[in-house]
Amino acid sequence: MSLWKIAWRSIRQRALASALTALSMGLGVALVVAVLVVHAVVDRSFHRGGEGYDLIVGAKGSPLQLVLNSAYYLSEPIENLPYGYYREFTEGEFAPDIEVAVPICMGHSYRGYRVVGTTPEMFSELKYLDQRPYQFDEGENFEAENHFDAVVGSTVAAKTGLTVGGTFQAVHGVVEQGGHVHQQNFNVVGVLKPTGTPNDRALFVNMEGFYQIHADEHGRDHSDHDHGHDHEHAAEKDDQRQVTAILVCIDRSTPGRDRVVAKMINQGPAAQAAVPSFVIAGLFEGIIGNIQLVLLLMAVLIVVVAGMGIMVSIYNSMSDRRHEIAVMRALGASRLTVMVVILLESILLSLGGGVLGLLLGHGLIGAMSPAIAEHTGVAVGSLHFQAIELALIPALIVLASVVGYLPAMSAYRTDVARSLTATQ
Amino acid sequence: MLKLTDVKKSFTQPDGSEFLILDVPEFHVAPGEQVVLVGRSGCGKTTLLHVIAGISRVDSGKVRIDDWEITLLSEAECDRFRAQRIGYVFQTFNLLPGFSALENVLLAMRFAGGRPDKARARKLLDRVGLSHRTSHRPAMMSVGEQQRVAVARALANRPKILLADEPTANVDSGNQQQVLDLIRDTCAEEDVALVLVTHTPEVAEQFERIDHLEEFNRAGVTA
Repeated sequence: MSLWKIAWRSIRQRALASALTALSMGLGVALVVAVLVVHAVVDRSFHRGGEGYDLIVGAKGSPLQLVLNSAYYLSEPIENLPYGYYREFTEGEFAPDIEVAVPICMGHSYRGYRVVGTTPEMFSELKYLDQRPYQFDEGENFEAENHFDAVVGSTVAAKTGLTVGGTFQAVHGVVEQGGHVHQQNFNVVGVLKPTGTPNDRALFVNMEGFYQIHADEHGRDHSDHDHGHDHEHAAEKDDQRQVTAILVCIDRSTPGRDRVVAKMINQGPAAQAAVPSFVIAGLFEGIIGNIQLVLLLMAVLIVVVAGMGIMVSIYNSMSDRRHEIAVMRALGASRLTVMVVILLESILLSLGGGVLGLLLGHGLIGAMSPAIAEHTGVAVGSLHFQAIELALIPALIVLASVVGYLPAMSAYRTDVARSLTATQ
Repeated sequence: MLKLTDVKKSFTQPDGSEFLILDVPEFHVAPGEQVVLVGRSGCGKTTLLHVIAGISRVDSGKVRIDDWEITLLSEAECDRFRAQRIGYVFQTFNLLPGFSALENVLLAMRFAGGRPDKARARKLLDRVGLSHRTSHRPAMMSVGEQQRVAVARALANRPKILLADEPTANVDSGNQQQVLDLIRDTCAEEDVALVLVTHTPEVAEQFERIDHLEEFNRAGVTA
């Protein structure tokens, strides 16, 4: 009969108290698991958004605001850039170093999702994640000459019911804040496959159509509403057109050229160039990472408190069990043996709680996965494990050994003769 | 087989003073011999058993079992020696409540350091008439049955000596003789020496050798 079995029998002897103790540990571990998985989801979600191009070029201002707005469709645009500046990337000053430059225009929405004016190169030339090409679940990319064609992201399609052949009308600004609905219909010609990027939650229209809906309503007075940005309204001529940002892929044949181009842009008076990965890394290190670290520390503290619960539970049981321990000693068990039995009991309770916590944590993640996928675009299932979770097992064993030490020492020091005679 | 020489044992009282409970110049038991130890309450009978078993360490003197001077053994060596050479039957049985009858016997084997011998454990339980109760826990057994398991457990490691501390005191009168016979018969069968403590004259008078502790414990004289 192994010492593990002896420890397990002792736990079974106090089934209710043991179950509650393990449950408290399980809840703590579930919280740690949830924080770890959510941390990974947020991390992946943010880092995915900025992949696929080297630079985001926009108006001078906060690089963070530029990246959040252009890559993640959060926040508001800073200012717009003249269309002519975009031309510098296709046929002007920067063109020799550019592999592809895709303009984006913002300021419109549809049922809460951003409507982005762009060119077909957005999906034909740009890639996402590890150089994966965009694929269509239904239909195809819009053509440059079809000004009112559109492509919708997978989440938008799922949530709004838009499919190929459907139409929608872009809202200038936000309706609730006084924005108005453009009467021009956009025709959905393609639905993107899920990418796990913010593009899943946006609608993409031909930039020409985007400009045209403004031109059609050129005379409209916009002074009665605030649509959250400051762009000059539509213009069909290049010198009047504007873009919100330019997504730029640098020609990689010359190493380090991206930094050179970024420096040139930033030194100029017209625009700034932001490297999404740097900006996001800064955001994580500066704000989000710290918040998540605090959450993780709190979760770890809860586990430690649960560990203290194990210690208190076992320690409190020692007075009842002193006689039992004395009997074991009288039967020939050494001090070390009874000490190890108590430590194993602590480890079993911790590990039992840990396994329960893993199941609870992943069950929780599984239950929340639809909501996570909708808000972040990252599909995460109940079997989505983080490698660091493996560290929970040795960590729990160490914790159990530490918290089990005090009751184990109490068992070690049991006065056999006194404990035996106390009940005779 | 068992020989105590000039054994002294005292306890520290709550007021800090020392109380001498045992002062035994000599006590011996031959191999296979059965001795009953009688004496008034508090005269040191249980303490004497604890000293023989190495559960309590003596202040001075020698306790020898076969060729082993157990007062010279380290605590860990003494624990192992007790498990392998000494059987102990308690007044309150002291079966471990979380374990079945069979497991209680196997546990004694486990603590002796050897590989638990299930066949012997079953044989012992069969010998004490509990072959049908091997998987039952103590709480599911009668008092008499529990004491019989305790006897089987005490004999699990083929001890040289069995120490029984008032083994019939908590057993109903109908079962007292049965338990006593069981202990004496199994000790005789296994060639195990027996030192049995009792308050009951009917039990004591069945033994050929009856030792009154007060007669050879000088501490008892002065207490």
